[in-house]
Amino acid sequence: MLDSRQRPVTPTNSNSPSFQELILRLQTFWAERGCVLQQPYDVEVGAGTMAPETFLRVLGPQPYKVAYVQPSRRPADGRYGENPNRLYKHMQLQVILKPPPENVQELYLESLGAIGIDLRQHDIKFEEDNWEAPTLSAWGVGWQVMLDGLEVTQFTYFQQCGGIDLDPISAELTYGLERIAAFLQDVESIYDIAWARDPKTGKATTYGDVRLADEVQFSVYNFEVADVEKTWKHFELCEAECKALLDRYSALVKDKQTGDGVAKDRKRFPLLSAYDLCLKCSHLFNLLDARGAISVTERVGVIARVRALAVGIARAHVDQQGDGAAAFEEEDKPARKKKLEVVPTIS
Amino acid sequence: MPDFLLEIGCEEIPARMIDAASLELRERIQKLLERERLAAATVSAFDTPRRLAILVGGILPAQADVMEQVNGPSVAVAYKGDQPTPAAHAFAKKAGVDVSRLEKVTTPKGEYLSAKVTKKGRAASEILSELLPKEINSIYWPKNMYWREPSEKFVRPVRWLVAMLDREVVPLEFDGVRAGNQSRGHRLLSDVTVQIPAAGESYVSALRAAKVLGRAEREQQIRKGLDAATRTIPGARWREDKSLLDTVVNLTEWPSVILGGFDREFLELPEEVLVTVMRDHQKYFAVEDANGKLLPHFLAVLNTDGGPQGIIRHGHERVLRARFNDARFFWQTDQKHPLRDRTAWLKHVTFQKDLGSYYDKTLRVQRLASWLCEIVRHTGMAVRPGVVHKAAYLAKTDLTTELVKEFTELQGIVGGLYAGVQVLDEDMADGARQLIAQTIYDQYKPESMEDSVPRAVEGAVLSIADKADTIAGMFALGMQPTGSKDPFALRRQANGIVKTIAEHKLPVTLSELVTSALQSYANSEAEKKFKKPLEWWWDVLKLERASDRTWADSAKAAPGSESQMSPLTFLRERLQFFLRDALGYKYDLVNAVLGAGADDVVDALARAEAVKGVFEMPEFQAIAAACKRMRNILKQAAEKRFYVAGKFEYLAEAAEEEKMLAAYMERTNLRVEEHRRKKEYKDALLLLSTAREHVDRFFDKVMVMVEDEHLRANRLALLQTLLREFSTIADFSEIVTEGKA
Repeated sequence: MLDSRQRPVTPTNSNSPSFQELILRLQTFWAERGCVLQQPYDVEVGAGTMAPETFLRVLGPQPYKVAYVQPSRRPADGRYGENPNRLYKHMQLQVILKPPPENVQELYLESLGAIGIDLRQHDIKFEEDNWEAPTLSAWGVGWQVMLDGLEVTQFTYFQQCGGIDLDPISAELTYGLERIAAFLQDVESIYDIAWARDPKTGKATTYGDVRLADEVQFSVYNFEVADVEKTWKHFELCEAECKALLDRYSALVKDKQTGDGVAKDRKRFPLLSAYDLCLKCSHLFNLLDARGAISVTERVGVIARVRALAVGIARAHVDQQGDGAAAFEEEDKPARKKKLEVVPTIS
Repeated sequence: MPDFLLEIGCEEIPARMIDAASLELRERIQKLLERERLAAATVSAFDTPRRLAILVGGILPAQADVMEQVNGPSVAVAYKGDQPTPAAHAFAKKAGVDVSRLEKVTTPKGEYLSAKVTKKGRAASEILSELLPKEINSIYWPKNMYWREPSEKFVRPVRWLVAMLDREVVPLEFDGVRAGNQSRGHRLLSDVTVQIPAAGESYVSALRAAKVLGRAEREQQIRKGLDAATRTIPGARWREDKSLLDTVVNLTEWPSVILGGFDREFLELPEEVLVTVMRDHQKYFAVEDANGKLLPHFLAVLNTDGGPQGIIRHGHERVLRARFNDARFFWQTDQKHPLRDRTAWLKHVTFQKDLGSYYDKTLRVQRLASWLCEIVRHTGMAVRPGVVHKAAYLAKTDLTTELVKEFTELQGIVGGLYAGVQVLDEDMADGARQLIAQTIYDQYKPESMEDSVPRAVEGAVLSIADKADTIAGMFALGMQPTGSKDPFALRRQANGIVKTIAEHKLPVTLSELVTSALQSYANSEAEKKFKKPLEWWWDVLKLERASDRTWADSAKAAPGSESQMSPLTFLRERLQFFLRDALGYKYDLVNAVLGAGADDVVDALARAEAVKGVFEMPEFQAIAAACKRMRNILKQAAEKRFYVAGKFEYLAEAAEEEKMLAAYMERTNLRVEEHRRKKEYKDALLLLSTAREHVDRFFDKVMVMVEDEHLRANRLALLQTLLREFSTIADFSEIVTEGKA
């Protein structure tokens, strides 16, 4: 254990928001600007982007504005709670603005003001950073927002998702909450962040108090204990179930085309459940990867299997939302841009 | 004459793209103005991360009117007797002249009516608002996006446009944004909008008031800031870094510089690691003492006023400390498994899907490098094959280290640093270990034409073997670079091979290298994936080796025909590039030199230097002209299928001049040959140049293509021999000469 976690926390800036206040302020800010406040998705995801509130909502023509915190699990990033900057599970605050308003950058900067950052006292830069998630067949362009040299937000204009060109596009703002909190509270270790402060005594409950145990135990599980064979089996079951659902949806659509009229069945078809299964596959893959159970040659293949599910669901979802035209039938529609073959982690 | 201003206001443009886009936009507008006859006195650019602007000084308010001759119906149709028909009236009306002013012109098709028509010049404003959107839309971006209609693309969303002729707004529209006279200033330091009073200098001053500076001023301000901040540390200086400077210039609109510090204990980490973190990840300048040793300070360039309270500095220091802590953690973790344990791990790291793992590559490169060592040693150069062998064995192991996974740009360097502090073999002498470490460290050098080559010959050998292995494998898979696509940076690697051979003066020919590199794939899994069997490649290489000339011709004829290129042609093309672009030889000289041989890099360089020394001499200009003439005559003869004798004979009816020339060449040639053998190319060339007088006299007095077949065949034989002899060092017919040819 690091010494830093054993000494009492004395944030130099006691006016700075606690971790939970930070979240509350950002949520309030975006709620006041018309966002639906969603709750974290309850299936393991590697990034806020993978929650259906982003992955599925950015598809199709419906405008949408949403903000939510998403705990994001990346098994390979675990450090047994010993690294002050790295976590197995970190928190993102995700905002989707579809379509992006013209003043989206200004709105974003205002949100920094809302969490107590006086921009005139700081150095802000928007540095090119393009985003690509081959497992989701998704990409966008944008920036990493640098605040006094610290990357605090990923700002992305989505261009494609699930292999489908987006129209309209969405702006995605992903705030790295631990980093921002550590910055605001001026602490060196994530575990020293004051998660909450007792309103009466002012005594802080730290990030370490709340989360250290998960970091330690999940690192042990992910790197040492997870049963490889069972995890593989789990992966395969989820994949098979997801595929079966997609096949059934496909059959349903064909029925419709022969005029049997199953529009109602189409609308109530459990594609959202299929997506949950796809997310499980993605997480199980990451777990197997962290466990060192996937060889280099296998890797590319497994990633392609997960991508096939994600792309299938994206197409079906667009079909389900719309009048059943376009995306779903054009099975072999070439992607706008060739994807990289290999990706380190599904995130 | 009015000034014109165009400003494209944009969300932050990637720093790496701004300079090229700005230049392109300026050229586009310059050409547009020329094309549209609006010729302006000056066209200059003003760009920041949030805007590309073009300032045009003294544009014509409108195009000049032009008089045009327009032809109408034929006279036969237009007149009935002397009377104009309705056709004539219609034409006159359309042309805007009276029927009586119509003229008659004679064309190859007969006599036609014609009229002088004045075409009214269009107003600049009208032309610009019509044509500029197309030019803006055509700017090339390495990666672009859409935000409104999928068909509308730009690098980032365009948020405002300013287009003005003096004080008047030019009404143009791009991707849904209408031009006005409202610009925007610095994001945080100024009001939201900035009123531009007029095109011209007042634009620049309005922006300055809104805390936005042009590129040159920003660069100057940053340099000044770096100097000033560094002066506060006695004896210190900041490390010049052009590409970093360009980046920060294009990340800021109102730059300032702060000095920060880090804990002295981090200086125990290798400087390479510290500098990479600072430069590549944080965009900080490093600070060094008078001896070039790193100091525990950094310089950050801000896009705001300097942050006097130290809040900003504190933030930057915090981030850097975390980064350095990570690096130290990785360094320590990596030492738990020394490099020598890691070669086997490379079996699990893919080099290229079809070419196998890095372990496979390691074995191939080891073989290729050993072969190269033998070649080098054979000519008496000192090289330590044992060092090369061991270095090749460990070269790629750093790809499995945490430090390289985190800082990929440090591959090779980390391996070298680790090898320098680890036990490589129990009984290895320290000197050998340090040389192995250096060889590993230098293996990727040179990374560009400006970068230096590996320091020692051992490093050179490993670097060449590694790169040749990649090039041979990728070409055999049919994955050679095409056009601007070169995902494996094969061009850069080939440039590196040529530069390294040249600077280390290595006695290896390009064809041997390619052959050995391909050979090392024989009987491997990778070979099964090759597009063509190795035997096919041997035939291709044999043909190419035999025909330098053909290569020069084909490379010239079809620069785009990369689809079937062999790795040898590819390397030769890089040699051409090296001579021309890196060493600055004129292109015709390079073609001449390579026309006489493009296989031995060192020899080609020596010949190029010799030719450069003589080819401005009038004698050589004359000989070059003569060579061209000889080649043309021989070409004509070949086209007409004229017989060429095997050897020149001193025929009785032969002219005096041709006998003199032949005799002179026979006498001289032995000595030329002697110089050539000793690689005294300049002496050989000077000697050849003495033939000029005889050559000139020959061409003045003797006609080659005469009717007499016998005489002609004999003369052609003389020309063929001469041309061959003149062309052994350089193909002079490639030299572009002035005057008569």
